[in-house]
Amino acid sequence: MADIRLEGVGHSYDGGRTWALKPMTWTWRSSRAYALLGPSGCGKTTLLNIISGLLSPTVGRIWFDDREVTAVPTAGRNIAQVFQFPVLYEEMSVYDNLAFPLRNRKYPKAEIDQRVRRVSQLLGLDDHLRRRSRRLDPGRQQIVSLGRGLVRSEVAAVLLDEPLTVVDPALKWTLRSKLKEIHRDTGHTLIYVTHDQTEALTFADEVVVLNEGAIVQAGEPTELFLSPAHEFVGHFIGSPGMNVVPAEIADGVVRVAETDVGRAVGELEPGPVHIGVRPEFARLGGEGTSPGLPVQVMEVDRMGAYNLVHVKAGDHPVIAKTEADARFAPGTVEFLHLAPDRTFLFRDSVRCGSIAPLDAGEPLDSIAPLDGKGAP
Amino acid sequence: MALVLDGVRVRQRGETWLHDIHLELSSGMTTLVGPMAAGKTTLMRVVGGLLPPDAGRVVVNGKDVTAISVRKRSVAFVYQQFINYPSLSVYENIASPLRIARSFPKKDMDRRVREVAEIMGIGDLLDRRPAELSGGQQQRTAIARALARPVDVLLLDEPLANLDFKLREQLRGDLKNMFRDSPGVVLYSTADPAEALTFASPTVVLGEGRVLDMGDVADMYAQPPTLAVAATLSDPPLNLLPGVIREGRIECLGSSFPSPGAHDSGRNVVLAVRPHQVTIERSGSEVLEFPAEIRLAEVTGSATFLHLLLADGRHLVAQLPGTQLFTPGERAVAYVDPAHIFVFDEVGGRLLATSAAEVDLHG
Amino acid sequence: MTEQSVTVAGSAVGGETVTATAPQDGTPDTRVSVKPKNNRAWFLVLPVVVSVAFTAVIPLMTVVNFSVQDIFSPDDRIFVGLEWFRSVSRDPEIRAAFVRTLLFSAQVLLLEIPLGVALAVAMPRRGIWVSVALVLVALPLLIPWNVVGTIWQIFARADIGLGGWTINNVLGIDFNYTLDSTDAWITVLIMDVWHWTPLVALLAYAGLRSIPDPYFQAAQIDGASAWATFRHIQLPRLRGVLTIAILLRFMDSFMIYTEPFVVTGGGPGNATSFLSILLSKIAVGQFDLGPAGAFSLLYFLVVQIVSYVFFTVLTRAGR
Repeated sequence: MADIRLEGVGHSYDGGRTWALKPMTWTWRSSRAYALLGPSGCGKTTLLNIISGLLSPTVGRIWFDDREVTAVPTAGRNIAQVFQFPVLYEEMSVYDNLAFPLRNRKYPKAEIDQRVRRVSQLLGLDDHLRRRSRRLDPGRQQIVSLGRGLVRSEVAAVLLDEPLTVVDPALKWTLRSKLKEIHRDTGHTLIYVTHDQTEALTFADEVVVLNEGAIVQAGEPTELFLSPAHEFVGHFIGSPGMNVVPAEIADGVVRVAETDVGRAVGELEPGPVHIGVRPEFARLGGEGTSPGLPVQVMEVDRMGAYNLVHVKAGDHPVIAKTEADARFAPGTVEFLHLAPDRTFLFRDSVRCGSIAPLDAGEPLDSIAPLDGKGAP
Repeated sequence: MALVLDGVRVRQRGETWLHDIHLELSSGMTTLVGPMAAGKTTLMRVVGGLLPPDAGRVVVNGKDVTAISVRKRSVAFVYQQFINYPSLSVYENIASPLRIARSFPKKDMDRRVREVAEIMGIGDLLDRRPAELSGGQQQRTAIARALARPVDVLLLDEPLANLDFKLREQLRGDLKNMFRDSPGVVLYSTADPAEALTFASPTVVLGEGRVLDMGDVADMYAQPPTLAVAATLSDPPLNLLPGVIREGRIECLGSSFPSPGAHDSGRNVVLAVRPHQVTIERSGSEVLEFPAEIRLAEVTGSATFLHLLLADGRHLVAQLPGTQLFTPGERAVAYVDPAHIFVFDEVGGRLLATSAAEVDLHG
Repeated sequence: MTEQSVTVAGSAVGGETVTATAPQDGTPDTRVSVKPKNNRAWFLVLPVVVSVAFTAVIPLMTVVNFSVQDIFSPDDRIFVGLEWFRSVSRDPEIRAAFVRTLLFSAQVLLLEIPLGVALAVAMPRRGIWVSVALVLVALPLLIPWNVVGTIWQIFARADIGLGGWTINNVLGIDFNYTLDSTDAWITVLIMDVWHWTPLVALLAYAGLRSIPDPYFQAAQIDGASAWATFRHIQLPRLRGVLTIAILLRFMDSFMIYTEPFVVTGGGPGNATSFLSILLSKIAVGQFDLGPAGAFSLLYFLVVQIVSYVFFTVLTRAGR
């Protein structure tokens, strides 16, 4: 377990013309479970490969605790990596696959057996230990791949690159929880790369959101969910993601298409702005109270445990999450309430303020901002 | 009925991949949902004509096409991997089926290609090659190509599975609108129950090579006829608990509730309850109580998944709204309202009863 | 443009058809097929069929014809049934040549397969040196076979040949392939290895290139040595390719003719008289068409059977 420190690390695949990973400084703290979340092409796999040593960064330096490892090759860095598809020694049995990294490092036989059996039990592979790994289904093969990464106890970190891609959806839930439990029991530093926000949020202690080669925001899942500092984080996290409604600030009031929605909180110049509110905090129905606005119901998606009601605020589509038994008919007009402490204002994609009810009863220019500009 | 499968069976290398499939699909979109290796791809290949069935018939618009090779059928495929002609531009890719169909008038070709490209949102990418496009754009090209020429049957085999989570969400909405009023049959397969629920189209649930159920997906969600269907349409996975019917009540792990419907005493049953129906606050008088230890709390912001360890070693997962913090090792009590429990027969998994108050998903 | 699109879409690449045409006429094709059938393909193949029939199949029938007749002259022949087959299979000279050829093939395989694989592993997998390496390795394959023979004939000569001279005068070993049987055998063997190992290397290289990077990365992470990486990742993936390589090399070496004929002519004595060389002596030199015909057919049969056995054993071992 080690702190992994990146200093000015960046990478370009084409000699500096474009940067797959923009130079960044970041520390992965020991024993934490991290999720590296971002869309395809955001640089997350590049970052992972730089940490593991499979890729040498164009610029920057890397430390494992106090030891600089920038020039140290993969074998010397003592990390474990699990790939997107099962990478197995197919001719070997499951047992031999798990034992392989230990045998290469000349561990004593008794210890190898003990470790292999422990990992096998943790991952539910006990019934398959003697089978040829080639004969397992892809989901289980991936579990074996994962197990091979976990047998060595003093690894600096276990890096997982979208490891559950080939696994059955139902099994994914079980494996994710299992990974979390294993993390709690073994205390390994885990860095889990994914584009699936559900995976990232259920799994990680801390989620690092990456986009276009740079860290957009990092924090606990709850924090990213409740307080996105950037429109991208709002959109990418949450299923469905944050609603973004173009609006305007004039005289300290936030307006959507000629309707006053609420009072702007924060030191804001008049002008265009985006209102960001998650479907979970956009409550539909009932008496119109500020902040909020009337909307037209377009369509209802019944998702079983909840409903997604598609409405139109002015010309703009908004989604509200409601109880499964809530009744809203397409074509009617309802009032959309925006939770004041969960509705934010964004300018140039960065959070700059929030919304308060119109009739808060205090003079507009003496209101202190509820939260700051929100930087990671 | 536009598409009928009658007694279709497929055996490969000694294993039966499809058992006696009977389906009647009308035009518009039908969703095919099932886990991996349920037979979805095999079924699609039979419908499309890529795989001749060992028994049974495929009838399209009243005509038996079972023996007709795929080249002579009116069928289009979209695959999970983004399959495009790599050496042709996007424009040429979309135009290719129009060029092969000699009956398509050349003067309409350009208009049609541009029309379809606009619908798929790739109108300004027509000169690019597939290798220059992102995954989402490549898949949209593949779908556009499949849409270019009106066909009797359009087959999409988990087309969004290889795309990013967010992109999937977005395209799902686009595709739903696009296929809703299709004149031909659109068969869309997925392993993701949330996707099936989003499409809200007639749905076929497939499992282990058999049709488990067919109909309105919201109905099947609310009233699954078998345990297999309930499990398939649950994401996150279903909680399963053992139960025994005794003297008009169903007993489960020390707790009990009145047994809806008259059934023999001593019968073993399987109780299924979805995670979002498990709470840690008592909400009524007649609820099931399970003392438990908290093993794990996964907090996503919009929900908290609480993993509970029950007295006899079983696990229960509760989906609680919002962010709630817990310490592993803490004791808690899980409550389940019998109204939300599905009682299934232990053998064969048939639904025996749901309780008095049913969740009515139709307004 | 239209033609190009038709060909691209009509060809069954990998058996998948991305889009299909509407029924052209009302009548369905009653044959149920998995791969799209294109009757036009048969017409394209016709010229090949005709020329192969003319140059191979019909002459083969002629050979069968000869093998059952005793031919004194074109007008004077009698039907002798299986007489030639019997005498050929009993002929001690032919039997000796058979053993000799078998021994040669075995040694060729033992040398060329491991060497070819080792070469393939050593070749770079990416970067500019890939093309350079490929060209260098492929060079011996591009040389016409009789030229290969001529090169080695001169190279191994004790008097003016660079190799022969070096062995005799620098290494101090007596070496003369025209006089010594063992020396002749070694010369032919080494020539074949030089000529054909590149084929094994290229086949193996293609097989190795298909292994995705993460496998090597995982091996690095697991701390596997170069040998362990080879044994557990590369070798298992080479099975299919090696089957083809072994089969090809066996068949070719068992039927070898040009190179040893040019270098040693089958000598000294019959030290390097392989089956094919003996056959040509009988057929062309002595004009014994009957025995030659029988010999040819038996030869053909042996190669077929051994290849079939090899193939079955190698592919079964893979399951």
